Amino acid sequence: MADLYIMLAVFFASLAIGFLIIAKVPPRLHTPLMSMTNAISAVTILGAFLIFSVETGSWVKLLGLVAMGLAAFNVVGGFVITDRMLRLFRRHERQAGTESAEGG
Amino acid sequence: MMLLTNDQVVDLAIIAVLLIGVAQFRSVRRARAGNLIAAAALACSAWLVVYRYGLIDPGIAAAGLALGLLAGAWLAAKVNMVQIPAMIAFQHGAGALAAVLISFVELTRLPTADTVVRTLSGVLGMVVGALTFTASMVASGKLSKRMKQRPSFLLWHNTMLLAGIALAVFLSIPATRAPGAGYAYWLVLLAAVSGVLGVLFSIRVGGADMPVLISFLNATAGLAAAFCGVAIGNRLLIAAGATVAASGSILTYVMCEAMNRTLGHVLMPGKTPVQNPRITEADRGVDALSEVSVTEATKTSDPLPAAAEAAIAVTSVIIVPGYGMAEGQAQHETVLLANQLVSMGKKVRFAIHPVAGRMPGHMHVLLAEADTDPDLLIEIDEANQAFRDTGLVIVVGACDVVNPAAITSTGTPISGMPILRADEAQNVVVCNLDRRPGYSGVENPLYDKANTILLLGDARVTLRQLREALEAAK
Repeated sequence: MADLYIMLAVFFASLAIGFLIIAKVPPRLHTPLMSMTNAISAVTILGAFLIFSVETGSWVKLLGLVAMGLAAFNVVGGFVITDRMLRLFRRHERQAGTESAEGG
Repeated sequence: MMLLTNDQVVDLAIIAVLLIGVAQFRSVRRARAGNLIAAAALACSAWLVVYRYGLIDPGIAAAGLALGLLAGAWLAAKVNMVQIPAMIAFQHGAGALAAVLISFVELTRLPTADTVVRTLSGVLGMVVGALTFTASMVASGKLSKRMKQRPSFLLWHNTMLLAGIALAVFLSIPATRAPGAGYAYWLVLLAAVSGVLGVLFSIRVGGADMPVLISFLNATAGLAAAFCGVAIGNRLLIAAGATVAASGSILTYVMCEAMNRTLGHVLMPGKTPVQNPRITEADRGVDALSEVSVTEATKTSDPLPAAAEAAIAVTSVIIVPGYGMAEGQAQHETVLLANQLVSMGKKVRFAIHPVAGRMPGHMHVLLAEADTDPDLLIEIDEANQAFRDTGLVIVVGACDVVNPAAITSTGTPISGMPILRADEAQNVVVCNLDRRPGYSGVENPLYDKANTILLLGDARVTLRQLREALEAAK
């Protein structure tokens, strides 16, 4: 039961900290932010690993295989696209060799 | 409170690293490092799960992992910046479907004596995941134009939605009970009903409302992951899911504010016909004192020389890009024109409306791809203070976000929406494909103003012609 309380505490603490941090993200970075959080939401991949942590039937293995593939697709795609976008943002700065203003 | 175990300390450390990564997004300079930090935190947590619980079938797990990684990386490297919203919606869908499958497997093998909270979380993870999956697929289809962009209304749409919700609640009751005979079938049925609900919700949302829908799906994808985490009993999953839910909620709120709409309004739109405001003579008249006199003549003669003349005469220019610019692939021409104007000694800025693209911040990415100086980009508040003292506004593929009817009229879909006050500038050049109303269907009185010059047609062509005219005049 203690574990359950910890889980609930983790949920609400992360929600609150997330709100505090993300409210300060400038509009300029909203697309990369969503792209990165999109990748983070594929953290369900941990669940896909856990499916394979105990002996299971072949149907469950198949479901696990599909879940693993989908979550991996989401996680790597999200981080790679975010990185591509953020490189675009930095490109101009590097070319111009100037200090870019922070924030939106 | 008891002391934390080693495992809990390690988990909390990884959660902290993840949040530190997200926190880097407060600055453009550090965001890239933040993305890598978050990716590293996820990689660590995956390794940790394997280390703690082991893998019975490493071959199958590795095969799924490799396939997903390859496909994900390949598509992510290939997609262009205009397609980003469709791609993100598609990825949301993939992640949500994974959450459905994982919740399903966990529910069917939870011990019967397990807590109600865990079972309920599993059921919620499945419901929210299935909703997010189908809604994301619809959103992705609409954004990539594989489906029609306008809202689709089915017969008895609201009735079906309510019936679906009732059915989902009804099915959830046996689903949260202890597993018994036929339990898996109840779950499959529940997931199917949730999926249908997702379609019913999302097909009614169209074009300009997409930024709200995609932000909302971002939040629900996070929520599905968090529920899934409670069902599995994994703290990392819960924390990451909750953070994403927070982020998606904030973006949804920001987008709704930018359009002066409520989330309910976007997801449950009424089917009211668009009433066009009456355009009065006062709207057509020149109410700003023109810095340069390009008034009546422009309406009759060739608009291009008049536009060039205005651009040469003024000292400051604000460019207002809209989604039409991206659709017409005109962002590079727009930036070339801006560079030309800068080289002529003009003060040039880009005014970005929060919903100018198809997702929050999309326009910034499109302009970054076209290599715009980020210092030239200004947000709506700053822009609206500047328009009055601006000689020329160049609108590229934007309509609703510069439609003064949002302020002057009541009862239209855009009434009360914060707009960019391009109409307050001394001269306006509109480089749109045609003079039809934007997505909202509301006629734009800006087009009829005496100091507005319409350069209709493909913006790639009209912008190039304008730039060449400016070069020739130099």
